[in-house]
Amino acid sequence: MITDKDIQKKQRLDFTSAWTYDPAPESSDHVTISDKYDLFIGGKFVEPVSGTYFATVSPSTEKKLADVAEAGEKDVDNAVKAARTAYDTYWKKMSGRDRGKYIYRIARMIQERAREFAVIESMDGGKPIRESRDVDVPLAAAHYFYYAGWADKLDYAFPGRKTQPRGVAGQIIPWNFPLLMAAWKIAPALATGNTVVLKPAETTPLTSLKLAELIRDADLPPGVVNIITGAGQTGSAIVNHPGVDKIAFTGSTQVGKLIQKSLAGTGKPYTLELGGKAANIVFEDAALDQAVEGIVNGIFFNQGHVCCAGSRLFVQEGIADALIGKLKDRMETLIVGDPLDKNTDIGAINSRAQLDTINGYIETGLNEGADIYQCKCDLPSSGYWVKPTLLTGVSQSHRVVQEEIFGPVLTIQTFRTPAEVIEKANNTPYGLSGGIWTDKGAKIFKISTKIRSGVVWANTFNKFDPTSPFGGYKESGMGREGGLHGLLPYVELI
Amino acid sequence: MNTKIHSKPDFSITFPVDQVGIEDRVARFNTRSIKKDSKKFALKLALSMVDLTTLEGMDSPGKVRQLCYKAMHPHESLADIPSVAAVCVYPSFVAVAKEALRGSGVKVASVATAFPSGHATLKAKIDEVTYVVNEGADEIDMVISRGAFFRGDYNFVFDEIAAIKEACGSAHLKVILETGELQTLDNVRKASDIAMYAGADFIKTSTGKIVPAATQPVTQVMLEAIRDFYFKTGIMIGMKPAGGIREAKKALNYLVMVKETLGSDWLNPDMFRFGASTLANDLLMQIVKMETGNYQSADYFSND
Repeated sequence: MITDKDIQKKQRLDFTSAWTYDPAPESSDHVTISDKYDLFIGGKFVEPVSGTYFATVSPSTEKKLADVAEAGEKDVDNAVKAARTAYDTYWKKMSGRDRGKYIYRIARMIQERAREFAVIESMDGGKPIRESRDVDVPLAAAHYFYYAGWADKLDYAFPGRKTQPRGVAGQIIPWNFPLLMAAWKIAPALATGNTVVLKPAETTPLTSLKLAELIRDADLPPGVVNIITGAGQTGSAIVNHPGVDKIAFTGSTQVGKLIQKSLAGTGKPYTLELGGKAANIVFEDAALDQAVEGIVNGIFFNQGHVCCAGSRLFVQEGIADALIGKLKDRMETLIVGDPLDKNTDIGAINSRAQLDTINGYIETGLNEGADIYQCKCDLPSSGYWVKPTLLTGVSQSHRVVQEEIFGPVLTIQTFRTPAEVIEKANNTPYGLSGGIWTDKGAKIFKISTKIRSGVVWANTFNKFDPTSPFGGYKESGMGREGGLHGLLPYVELI
Repeated sequence: MNTKIHSKPDFSITFPVDQVGIEDRVARFNTRSIKKDSKKFALKLALSMVDLTTLEGMDSPGKVRQLCYKAMHPHESLADIPSVAAVCVYPSFVAVAKEALRGSGVKVASVATAFPSGHATLKAKIDEVTYVVNEGADEIDMVISRGAFFRGDYNFVFDEIAAIKEACGSAHLKVILETGELQTLDNVRKASDIAMYAGADFIKTSTGKIVPAATQPVTQVMLEAIRDFYFKTGIMIGMKPAGGIREAKKALNYLVMVKETLGSDWLNPDMFRFGASTLANDLLMQIVKMETGNYQSADYFSND
């Protein structure tokens, strides 16, 4: 039996003094990055008519990795024409089985070159190699495998209906999961018989260009996939091009709204995957240590550059102190730094612009009276970094609670009853994802059906699978990607 | 203030543990890449935490003496090799081990309480514990009554541990939960709490007689129980996974779990042990590899 004299003063845990890990960098010797990349149009790399190039830098070192072509309107036009020709000449005539063969080939080749893709993704985007190696690249391959399987089974996808491809799909993807988002876009489009013009984000073009090399090596008919680089202007030229039959966009809500405006009245179908401000709800009967892990995974995965990040934490009042204490301890074990180090948990912020945005929000939170907690970790001297951050003492009226920060910043609010937390969770213009932590199965079903968002995770967070549809309510977007639902935007049902 | 913040919880209430979450956490620990000096440090640390164990029907004084020599001098051809933490034997060999280890700092641990089944009367168990304490054992490894645990008689389990603890006197008490029989992580958590509140100095996964013995998910649940107990009472309880840990790489995985769950204060032989017999030689082989750059044949490492 413990007696009173055994009781000592509670101390915080010490995670550093006895043993620290030495650097364990993943080698980048096997990776070749050219000095200059052109546009991938009609199965070959061609110089841009625009004649201009821009630099892509590593956010962890601020050093230039390569120059990348900027596609102008004429280049976009050439890419769309190449896609149209490929559609008419090869792709729409090809059997589903043969299309599937090409998609399977892409999937297998991504697996074969997985290490190269993972390293480049971490160099160009700043995400830790642990994530690019264990999440981005395997999931990208899984998407191609999954949709390759659909290519010859489309007659069974929508009972009683036949499918017809839409034609040329214009696809614009963000910088947070470059290779994976390319897979989410390209795989269903090809499986359903469409051809593609894809534009990666201007800060992370390299894995898409490597994918272009892979697609060339996979011997896809020329022009079935065209990959062109550039910034907002290029994206806008794709959206407004009359030869594009369908638009798929993943990115900010702000740009999504612009796309909706441009497309209004054109009859051009589109899917939008936009921002989020997910509520992650922890009830007092949850497995707390596992909930802490889910909170960390929800907000600090990929530096918080995740549209479905669990950025608003709601904790039942009775366990708030215990949970936040555990969360702070856990944060002290996070390793922030070199994205290529195999032990890094949190990498670099993707760009200078995003760094400014995040720091701006932290300042806003402080000005609005929030309390702040940041990891005690040291940050590298060059590159773009933000310490994992908690903002407590905030309410629904705070801007940091209302707006998407897209960084490693978690706001924490408490609640008393299920009704209260449901109301607060839904009191946002977004509706992409949510999380519930409780040991009680009935509560999971009761709460999750009332959360108005596309995905609700229970006792886990940020889990993805190609068979599961993904998409948003309200300003988080329209249309679904992934699963059977992900075929629908790329076909006409007849 | 007279509130007893440590007062015994109601053990019939199950503390929530999520198995999927635990397994995810373990998988993430195992992605830690331990290189260079941090690896060398960890290998030696792990060696210093080993409870070198022999618990067989065919054990004899000669065998125990050989094991004790190995415990004190794991690999004499290399300098700076620590001795292991303890030698763990059956009660009848405590005196032999005590004599063989005299002055070395290596502790003598003895299993007791009708190891491994625990099916005996409380009186017989206390007599056994008293015997090994008198023989000079520094540490007692007891087993909990799983039968009583499964019939829901948590107070019986608690009282038994408390009684054994009293019989231990100044000897350290390690409480073996036999997690391979408890099977669910809920049970592991509950048994850990019962043992700690009843006075265990260490909680230990297994006897080594049941498969599975120590696993990482089970160990993680126990480490989290130790952490919660520490936050509630300020008392640091030690942890000993036992059985099934044979490779140095696995041992490093366990150290990562300890480091990132409980922190530096638990990274020493006073607070963490490996119950193992073959692990020591793999640790030695890896240490020699780090020092010389080459793997040596297993024949260069003594099998005592």
